[in-house]
Amino acid sequence: MTATVERPQKPTAPPALSARAKSRSELTSADRVIRAFLAVAGVIPTAALVFLAVVMLRQALPAISANGTHFFTSTKFNIGVGASNGGYGTTTVAASYGVLALLFGTLMCSIIALVIAVPVSVAGALLLAEKVPARFQNPLGVFLELLAGIPSVVYGIWGYFTLGPFLSHNIYRWLSDVGIPWLDGRPQATGLLTASIVLAVMIVPIIAATTRELIRSVPTVSKEGAVALGLTSAESVRFVTIPYVRSGVVAASLLGWARALGETIAVLIISGDGAGVPHSIFGNFYTMAAEIAGDLDAALTDPSLMHTLGEIGLVLLVITLITNFAGRLITQRFGGVNLPVGAGL
Amino acid sequence: MISMRRRMTGFAFWGFCVLAFLFIAAPSISIIESIIRQAAPVLSWSLLTSSKGNGLANAILGSLILLLGVLIVAGIIGVAAGTYLAEYATGRPRRLLRFFSEILAGMPSIVIGYIGYVSLVVGLHWQFSLAAGIIALSVLVLPYIVKTTEVSLMQVPTALREAASGLGMPRWQTLRRILIPTALPGISSGIIVALAISTGELAPLLFTAGPTLNGSASFALTHTNHGIGLPYLTDVVFFNQTQGETAQSPHIAAAAGLVLLVILIILIVLGRIVSQRARRQTARMAL
Repeated sequence: MTATVERPQKPTAPPALSARAKSRSELTSADRVIRAFLAVAGVIPTAALVFLAVVMLRQALPAISANGTHFFTSTKFNIGVGASNGGYGTTTVAASYGVLALLFGTLMCSIIALVIAVPVSVAGALLLAEKVPARFQNPLGVFLELLAGIPSVVYGIWGYFTLGPFLSHNIYRWLSDVGIPWLDGRPQATGLLTASIVLAVMIVPIIAATTRELIRSVPTVSKEGAVALGLTSAESVRFVTIPYVRSGVVAASLLGWARALGETIAVLIISGDGAGVPHSIFGNFYTMAAEIAGDLDAALTDPSLMHTLGEIGLVLLVITLITNFAGRLITQRFGGVNLPVGAGL
Repeated sequence: MISMRRRMTGFAFWGFCVLAFLFIAAPSISIIESIIRQAAPVLSWSLLTSSKGNGLANAILGSLILLLGVLIVAGIIGVAAGTYLAEYATGRPRRLLRFFSEILAGMPSIVIGYIGYVSLVVGLHWQFSLAAGIIALSVLVLPYIVKTTEVSLMQVPTALREAASGLGMPRWQTLRRILIPTALPGISSGIIVALAISTGELAPLLFTAGPTLNGSASFALTHTNHGIGLPYLTDVVFFNQTQGETAQSPHIAAAAGLVLLVILIILIVLGRIVSQRARRQTARMAL
């Protein structure tokens, strides 16, 4: 008699399935087909991103080696004369690809826009969410939706025909008379300041809509506490609402900034097409995005320019992605429940 | 008793807020007003229905076809991808897919246009064409649709899934009969936002759908004759603004802009109705 002792099996003895295997066993064959289809779709955004990055790098590579450090040290961006007429004739003015002026234009314009847009959006959102009676909140919110949806070409022609002339007649004139350095150029309708203001109007809805949602999510308990302590409505905003929404507003501002960095057409129309670093805040300028859109048709016949535009696009891409990434990181890190107000309750 | 100083600070603060709100409200009114005023001299029924000369019929048709294309391409892929993220993907793949989709949302539109030009218009020899424009626009708006689909599916209570599973419903039927209908208002409002974005975009289209010369137009999907692309409204505005030579050009630009605004307002109204329904749906599900 063999003395093998049967090990007593545990009463519940289904094979230990991993969660994944278990969910797989529940799928019918139709399920599998549909899941495969959805999975392919789910990978498409990632695949698109990888494709964009690879093409961009490959496109920029020849320019990176050809332009060398000159690209980041020169403020002169000049596509050259004769280079764009289909290769006929000799190049009479040598092309010079320096990105600094474009970088300056891009950063300056978007930062001025941000400096205007952030206080305006936050104050506007505060008024909309805290002071305006509930039944007017929705109708007044239409302005935000409208601003968010207006096409950038329409912003462009508005800035060019309406806002620019208005500002230069009524405001720039006395602003330039004050004589602050860099604010004292010859006032003109198009240029850096007008473009920045239009850009500010364009990013206000992004920041304001987010801020409004954040303000609405402030716990009622905290607000009631402020009232019980006898705070005025303004003080309640300062001590309860602002600390609660602060990090969210920073994140929204970074997203707005990323939008401002990449904005093309409106800036292209209002920039005044300047080649270098502007001498005053009213001067003509150009941004990286506007440069790509503005010179792409010249690049059709000039491979070196085509690759250089790719390099500019790559720089723009990197800057935009960093700001975007920072915005999302802040939302993730500081967003949600662990915000300052309410922690002491 | 509130001291005078605190009261004045309050007044000053809310006064500043009112000014800020005016900075938001005034431009939107001014934009609409100035566009209407500038378009008025050329505005007529024949401008909208004729395709000859400055007529906008071709451009309106082109813009609507682009919208339809985006609705089909980005709509199907985006909703499917969002569904996959919300219902099927788990763990690290899900986190990565979602992360890259959000990174894609931050892509500058001109960069998408540039790459569309390099890879589709030149690389595949499509020339300036409808298909290139639709693909560029779809890449631009895809992340929005993915995000809103995912969020609205995740708002559907788990209890509904459990109930369906308890009744022995296959996953795909649960998806089709229960999850998608429940999340539909949220998904559609995301798609409407995506359509509103694509209505007004020019940067990704300028070198994919192409610039058009006055009068010539090609609606072919791919492989158009070189130099003749799809006509669409934002390009009409841009062309007449920057290269228009006749005295009428600024007015034509404004008229095309006005048509864009009308399409946009229709989309906003539609979006409001749908998102109201979505909000009611969320409230009903919270029970």
